[in-house]
Amino acid sequence: MSNQQKHWEKTRGLLFITLAIWFVFSIGIFLFGAEMNEVTGPFGYPWTYWFTCQGSLGAFVILIFWFANRQEKIDEEFGFSEREDE
Amino acid sequence: MKGNFIDNLPKVYGIYTGGFIGFIIIMAIAEQMGMTAKAIGIAFVAFTVFIYALIGWLSRTAQADAYYVAGRQVPTVFNGMATAADWMSGASFVAMAGGIYFKGYGYMALLVGWTGGYVLVASLLAPYLRKFGCYTVPDFIGTRYGGNLARFSAVVVLTVASFTYVTAQINATGTIASVALDIPFQYAVYVGLISILLCSMLGGMRGVTWTQVAQYIVLIIAYLLPVFWISNKMGAGFFPHFMLADEVARIGELEQQFGFVKNAAADLKSVPKGLAGITKAHSAVNATPWAFISLALAMMMGTASLPHVMMRYFTTPSVKAARKSVGWSLFFIFLLYSSAPMLATLSKLSLIDPNLPTGIIGKTFAEVEAIDWYQNWNQANLMFISDFNGNGTLELNEFFMGGKAVVLATPEIAGLPYVISGLVAAGGMAAAMSTADGLILAIANAISHDVYYKIIDPKAETAKRLLVARVLLVIIGFAGATIAAMEIQGILGSVIWAFDFAMSGLFFPLVLGVWWKRANRQGAVAGMLGGLIAGAWYLVWVRTGGSGFLGITQLTFGIFGSAVSLVLMVVVSLMTAEPDKATQKMVDDVRVPSGKSILGKSH
Repeated sequence: MSNQQKHWEKTRGLLFITLAIWFVFSIGIFLFGAEMNEVTGPFGYPWTYWFTCQGSLGAFVILIFWFANRQEKIDEEFGFSEREDE
Repeated sequence: MKGNFIDNLPKVYGIYTGGFIGFIIIMAIAEQMGMTAKAIGIAFVAFTVFIYALIGWLSRTAQADAYYVAGRQVPTVFNGMATAADWMSGASFVAMAGGIYFKGYGYMALLVGWTGGYVLVASLLAPYLRKFGCYTVPDFIGTRYGGNLARFSAVVVLTVASFTYVTAQINATGTIASVALDIPFQYAVYVGLISILLCSMLGGMRGVTWTQVAQYIVLIIAYLLPVFWISNKMGAGFFPHFMLADEVARIGELEQQFGFVKNAAADLKSVPKGLAGITKAHSAVNATPWAFISLALAMMMGTASLPHVMMRYFTTPSVKAARKSVGWSLFFIFLLYSSAPMLATLSKLSLIDPNLPTGIIGKTFAEVEAIDWYQNWNQANLMFISDFNGNGTLELNEFFMGGKAVVLATPEIAGLPYVISGLVAAGGMAAAMSTADGLILAIANAISHDVYYKIIDPKAETAKRLLVARVLLVIIGFAGATIAAMEIQGILGSVIWAFDFAMSGLFFPLVLGVWWKRANRQGAVAGMLGGLIAGAWYLVWVRTGGSGFLGITQLTFGIFGSAVSLVLMVVVSLMTAEPDKATQKMVDDVRVPSGKSILGKSH
């Protein structure tokens, strides 16, 4: 397998992990919205309400930065990262 | 000067922010000295629009690279701010808190959808399209799949989606301009349009980028300052985002105590159009899982397909920067979106809690009708009370309000000085203008670059190309304003439709173009046109009394459209020949961040 194929394989792996986390915060938890809202969550808000106001939104912000850093590491590993002056 | 300017950006916008805060303070002092509310409103809108126009003029350019992609040198964080302004429309600014106020959980699916979509943008598309080196979204489709038909189909989908969106934005600028400048809506729409064109016409993407950064700063100050101020004034909490749990619980208690009394249809007829009462629980789960998830999913996929957002990531210096920039965009969006539910909570509690001095529920009608702010907003057609049960006391079900009033009226209700209302008007204007600019530019660029230059006259010189681009900008702007002046639909409805149209036609052709090498021209054309037609058909069918299926409503028709698009694209691609070697090589190159972009610097 060529260097490029290996790079793409790892990139695809990262995509699946990223989309799995995205799925949990955008869809997964809202399957149980009614049940989860009965429980008190962060800062005293009901859990589901908190997720719709802040939790999921914040999770997405962190997820994108995490993804960008991981992808940069993968690019460096295979020598595909960009030079700054390009 | 150019390199200099980029290096000096933090300083330039630092001074700008300081200057704007200084302006707010001057206005506050002027108010104390007797400047009228109307003059303050005019000063705020006129001053900010003048600054944007100045930036637009300073960014004028005669180069294609600068006009289409701002010279590809916009730093990560600033591109994040520009994207956030591009993204947060007049609807987000003016109507979102109102939507949460009235509809609660079911509406908050939009918050999740309009943020979660950025994960898809970052991981599936933006870095790869940046590597491609295209000027517009149809540029990617046209080169990846080859052929004028594919390119043209992408332009069609882009135009349908963006045009649906832009009429709503021009409408919003008109609404705000007409209130702040006190002129009739029909004229205000054109005042808004001219302000919009001043930002984009001379500098194209470069002008729009730097005005959008300036607009973001205005709109975020205008949104956050009142939320924090009101929260502190009410004693609800120093940092509302972390401290409103008691207020949320208190609203739940009051809802229990008052109950949601259903009004008779005959009584509701007397309520002015567009106003609504509180009929849904504030923090309880009031929608089925599928209703919530389908709306969130449609908005997420739509986000990843809307060209005016995607093209912002063509302006970053590198692929790496494009990825990070998506993160910053969402961070800046998060600042506003996470504040909207807080504003809705504060607004609702201050109106319905009889223990608070501002609470009106439980007061007599004579008392409420004597309140200054009630009279103002009643006159503006945004508030209404009616004694349905004839007991002389205002009940929860007898109080009606327009969605916009949550943002526009709450500062006044809470007793903040008028300077804040002027600031909010400037913020709403900034939000609507920045989105309208991005959208008009996306349409005009697609038509000038992809239809005129790539299909009609590939030999055209730069000067001629940019002239065509500017003429189209004006034509599209006026077409949008003319339709906006007719006031056909509400602001929010047409915004959501735009997402559904975009995802129906563009989501899978874009994503599979990068992630599925086997996808070919025939499949992509079938996917784009089939998806758009299927989605549009579903919308018309449901609007004309069709029952729909699988719980897909007129707000989520994109789910049906994109499913049709996916099936068509896969089936047709597999039935026809695979893409040639050169195209496959191109896809391989797109997947690697380093090396030259696929399209030349000036294509």
